[in-house]
Amino acid sequence: METEIVHPLAKYLREAMMPHIWCSGCGNGIILNCFVQAIDELKMDLNKLVVVSGIGCIGRAAGYVNTNSFHTTHGRPIAFATGVKLANPELEVVIISGDGDLFAIGGNHFIHAARRNIGIKVICANNFNYGMTGGQQGPTTPIEALTTTTPYGNIEHPFNLVHLAAASGATYVARWTTLHVRKLTQSIKKLLQKEGFGFIEVVSPCPEIFGRYNKMRTGLEMMEWFRKASMVENFSDPAKAEITPERIVVGEFVDIAKVSYEKLLHEKIAEINEKKMAMVS
Amino acid sequence: MSKKGLILEGSHFMNGDIACAEGAIAAGCRFFAGYPITPATEIAEHLAQRMPEIGGIYVQMEDEIASIAAVIGASYAGVKAMTATSGPGFSLMQENIGLAVMTEAPCVIVDVMRGGPSTGQPTLPGQQDVMQAKWGSHGDYEIIALAPSSVQEMFDLTIEAFNLSETYRVPAILLADEVVGHMWEKVVIPSIEKIKIMNRKKANVPPKAYAPFMPDDDLVPPMACFGEGYSFHATGLTHDEHGYPQTSSSEAQQKLVKRLCDKIRKNADKIIRVEEVMLDDADVVVVAYGIVARAALSAVRKARENGIKAGLLRPITLWPFPESYVAKIAKQAKAIVVPEMNCGQLVREVERAAKETPVAFLSKLGEEPHTPMEILEAIRRNC
Repeated sequence: METEIVHPLAKYLREAMMPHIWCSGCGNGIILNCFVQAIDELKMDLNKLVVVSGIGCIGRAAGYVNTNSFHTTHGRPIAFATGVKLANPELEVVIISGDGDLFAIGGNHFIHAARRNIGIKVICANNFNYGMTGGQQGPTTPIEALTTTTPYGNIEHPFNLVHLAAASGATYVARWTTLHVRKLTQSIKKLLQKEGFGFIEVVSPCPEIFGRYNKMRTGLEMMEWFRKASMVENFSDPAKAEITPERIVVGEFVDIAKVSYEKLLHEKIAEINEKKMAMVS
Repeated sequence: MSKKGLILEGSHFMNGDIACAEGAIAAGCRFFAGYPITPATEIAEHLAQRMPEIGGIYVQMEDEIASIAAVIGASYAGVKAMTATSGPGFSLMQENIGLAVMTEAPCVIVDVMRGGPSTGQPTLPGQQDVMQAKWGSHGDYEIIALAPSSVQEMFDLTIEAFNLSETYRVPAILLADEVVGHMWEKVVIPSIEKIKIMNRKKANVPPKAYAPFMPDDDLVPPMACFGEGYSFHATGLTHDEHGYPQTSSSEAQQKLVKRLCDKIRKNADKIIRVEEVMLDDADVVVVAYGIVARAALSAVRKARENGIKAGLLRPITLWPFPESYVAKIAKQAKAIVVPEMNCGQLVREVERAAKETPVAFLSKLGEEPHTPMEILEAIRRNC
């Protein structure tokens, strides 16, 4: 008798949404896999989990996870998630979105959420370009890289995302590539257990679009770049962690304790009401 | 705290912005996200003080785009939520107002209108966002907008906006203006038991059978919120009853967009409210809303004293537009006068509904609202 083989993580995915939209060789599936592996290992209560994303290829990730999920407008997942977390602090709110969504159109929300230290967790798939619209230059496109809107080579300086996150006040900052599957999974587990605003950048291959223009036509070739260039340096200076063709510093950059915004807010509310009660009595 | 202690029952002397904030509290709003902007800032300031006292959330966001996004997030977390702004901020909110329409997130947006376009005249009144309230976000949709004429109505209609928003799962806009926002008047706040409160329909099937966008007969789907045990997806993409994206199905697009429009259009009679003054025998009818309607009422009374059969039709609901009321008066009236603090916005809707009846438009820009005398002159010219 044939028995149906079910993937041990299948329960975390919405079957009705499959097949996914991602190209072959894309790193988004690896990121989603690491994420559901982490929530499985943590035995998280799916009813208390909310996954939010913005617009872009990875923006579809929210809908693929079989939990509370919301697909916002372009650039706004962090602002939406801030409302969710403040309205119900018991919910674990995770954002899975891309570099363009989070750092170009949504950059303002990122720095302010980190500054406030609101307890939401951000996982960013950095594929160096706008994949969904066909490969335009974005806020992380490397200098001199070719994209459909930088046909003569990119002259804009890319953001160093881990430096930006650390400088903005995030309590946890890490960078991995999709090659570092086990380390990424462990890092996501840590992220989900932190208080306050946490951030993981995942350098992810986009062979169909970014790679095609930049001499890395297959997922394997892009992964080969990650393998050669990446070096694990935990708690190194994020300011010196710019991604270059020769060097991708990965690891944890920040892991500090800081009281979250929602905790401070609810403590303040309790304090105000205690004072009021004392005045009444 | 007891429910009674939450609202300031009794008679008060307060300004319109504060009355709006108190109306929100009375309606059950427990989340406010905003960004400072004249002439709506007092709403945020008042709620920054009041929300913590009643266990609610006040958060100042980095801009108006974030404010409305946070409001939609809070609404999906099950909390009644509001933001308040003026023209420039209202412009920034438009894309996410479309998201609230598409994901059917109940929420209230207060726009205390000032003079525009662009930065315009921040401290002067305007009625220039009337069309933006209806058409500001891209795509086809219907929305609800209410126009208060007094400080009491800033309180009452904020509650009404929440009730309508919760009932129809649609963003409701309170289109106030700088004068009603900043004017001080008497406000009577009734006891909480006497205030009618509507709440969104809750999901009433087991989680496995729940389809988040499957409507009831009234075209409104019951709403589950995050953390209530229902696993569901919501998206700004065109979606089916399960919330799953349907980006290339014409059937899904027609079904969804038509329902989003029809749930307001087919319930318009239940939503629309107008004030009718001396319309029975009126030869000249003034159609005015917001603060301008106060001067219009005074003008109509003076006209009657002078033997002119004048009347006032005041749309309290601007959207959906009360066109059947205009059509009715157009059949008997010789002329309709529409004073507005803009270059001609709601007058277009009046003209459309009035058909053959002549409509005179009276514009005012960049100063205080129309005086009763100015409107009386217009009545005289058209009687």
